[in-house]
Amino acid sequence: MRRRLFKNLVNAPCTEPVASAAHQTPDALGEALRGAVARRLGRSLQIREVDAGSCNGCELEIHALSNAFYDIERFGVRFVASPRHADLLLVTGPVTLNMREALERTYAATPAPKWVVAVGDCGAGCGVFEGSYACVGAVAQVVPVDLVIRGCPPTPAQLLQGLLWLLSQGDHAARKRPR
Amino acid sequence: MLRALFAELSPLATHRGWPRVAVDADTWRAIGEALREGKLDLLAEWGDAGAVHCALYEPATRGVQIATIAAHEGRAPSLAVFHAPASRLERALADLYGIEVVGLPDQRAWLDHGRWPVRAPLAAQPRPASASASPAYRFLEAQGPGLHQVPVGPVHAGIIEPGHFRFTASGETVVRLEERLGYTHKGIEKSIVGRSVNDAARLAARVSGDSTVAYSFAFARAIEAALDSSPPPRALWLRAVMAELERIANHLGDIGAICNDASFAMLHAECGILRERTLRACARAFGHRLMMDRIVPGGVTTDLTADGEKEIGALCTRLTREFPELIELYDNTASLQDRTVGTGIVSTRLAAAFAAPGYVGRASSRLFDARVHLPYPPYDVAPLEIAVRHEGDVDARVWVRILEVQRSVLWLQSALGALPGGPVRLALPAATAESTESTAVVEGFRGDILTYVRIGAGQLIERCHLRDPSWLSWPLLEAAIEGNILADFPLCNKSFNCSYSGHDL
Repeated sequence: MRRRLFKNLVNAPCTEPVASAAHQTPDALGEALRGAVARRLGRSLQIREVDAGSCNGCELEIHALSNAFYDIERFGVRFVASPRHADLLLVTGPVTLNMREALERTYAATPAPKWVVAVGDCGAGCGVFEGSYACVGAVAQVVPVDLVIRGCPPTPAQLLQGLLWLLSQGDHAARKRPR
Repeated sequence: MLRALFAELSPLATHRGWPRVAVDADTWRAIGEALREGKLDLLAEWGDAGAVHCALYEPATRGVQIATIAAHEGRAPSLAVFHAPASRLERALADLYGIEVVGLPDQRAWLDHGRWPVRAPLAAQPRPASASASPAYRFLEAQGPGLHQVPVGPVHAGIIEPGHFRFTASGETVVRLEERLGYTHKGIEKSIVGRSVNDAARLAARVSGDSTVAYSFAFARAIEAALDSSPPPRALWLRAVMAELERIANHLGDIGAICNDASFAMLHAECGILRERTLRACARAFGHRLMMDRIVPGGVTTDLTADGEKEIGALCTRLTREFPELIELYDNTASLQDRTVGTGIVSTRLAAAFAAPGYVGRASSRLFDARVHLPYPPYDVAPLEIAVRHEGDVDARVWVRILEVQRSVLWLQSALGALPGGPVRLALPAATAESTESTAVVEGFRGDILTYVRIGAGQLIERCHLRDPSWLSWPLLEAAIEGNILADFPLCNKSFNCSYSGHDL
């Protein structure tokens, strides 16, 4: 183990800079949201992930956000174990009828102010499962959604970009701040 | 055994590949007894319009047989009454088809939580569900002094899929675990009916995202067999290249996650780096990190360029260089071994009875890998050595996966030098007037995925059953955790890594 640790001391880190993530709009549901998150939370965002019936593809890529390449914690973003600790719910899946109540209860257990980000083509609008007797559809049909990050599944880079956009101080918000 | 049971019966002409026969109640009963005595393995059991099918495997002869019993007046006899592993499969087919499984010891609904607008959604005439039709689920009881229950889920603490676990514990020790699944049921087997082959392939690719390659592979093989078509040789090899990359990526991620659940975060980080490198190589070689929708009936959609081949070659070189250091670290860290050795043991007997799939079976002496025992191209000409351990604990499951990563890397390295040239996709033959059907088995990273398809006029899907390996490993998790401490559950659970979405479908 010592050898490995020593190697890591001299090797360059894997972690990559996120190029201009803050300047790109992933899927704007409201410029106001960006300022609001930043004003309320600064550089600290606690996320509770909720799989509401996804195929698990989105979860794999959300997991990847924590690996050494994306290292989402360096931006103050953490995944937490309880909705009661969370500022934001990251919801995937075409919301199955069997998961609907669990999603509603998770949302209710999250303290305000809270935001919801729907992830993936299923979370955005039911995806390939459209029309099934067992699915409600888009996350927005069950809980209010503030931001949508599409993709099947979205790549970690896309997810990171979306979440950083939420955290970034837009020019708009910065100008309005009193000196 | 298969000969003794089925030699007299003539296989149905519509089913290509392994034979399918219609059987009567006596033969169905004989199948149940053969399963109970361990002479046959139950690969799958699923419903159809007015019928129940089962797929059987005989280890001694490596034979596969599909048997079908008609459900007269909506009733069919149970196999679970002889063979417990059939229980959840029969509960599910009762939910989906409204078939009354006579003799099924556990009559509780399984996938149907009483929240769908219809009952028996796959039946010819689904019934509307009444609003009051969602009674509380009755968990099995455990009695004794000082027992307490711990309900967990469906929303779990980690970034994982939803399901409910009901623990009954005596102090720290788990006396009983009962799983309740079905939360991610998306109605795929209903949605897929009436779709074109290409649309259906997109659904099959999304049964379980971590096994998207394996599902597409299994679905394509079943369709091609049903239509008597064969994809070009290069496509067959590219499919296996993708399947092995998927296996490597998943094993790497899980080995790290198991170590993380034993509080050894360093290996989690190191394995996470190798997994990410694998996914990036996949993206550069095949245009998608998880290689979703790359395998389609008729071939593959993306050819591997010379550059792509170099990417995979470089990945293999890196894994050969770096992975052994991590294995050494795993093997030499006492605090980690203390958690994994002797934890969550699956007995050889149970692994055999449940036909335990993949690494769960192979860590408990079950010598089965579809790539070897039911070989399909290209594994029929390029075989792999299968990894088997006998201890049946978390450590054994980790070791099987370590060995599988190494063998997949070796396989890829030799395959890359031997890829045939030529086209990678051919058009499927035109539809036939009568419907044809077939069954295929493909070894995903988790174990054998069985796919049955029946395709009818206009090349539209009439019935498609996709059986995830997790159907057979989920019940073993309940057995593995018994007598362990509650705090070791995440470790055991991760070492199984059963699919929720693949199971709930």
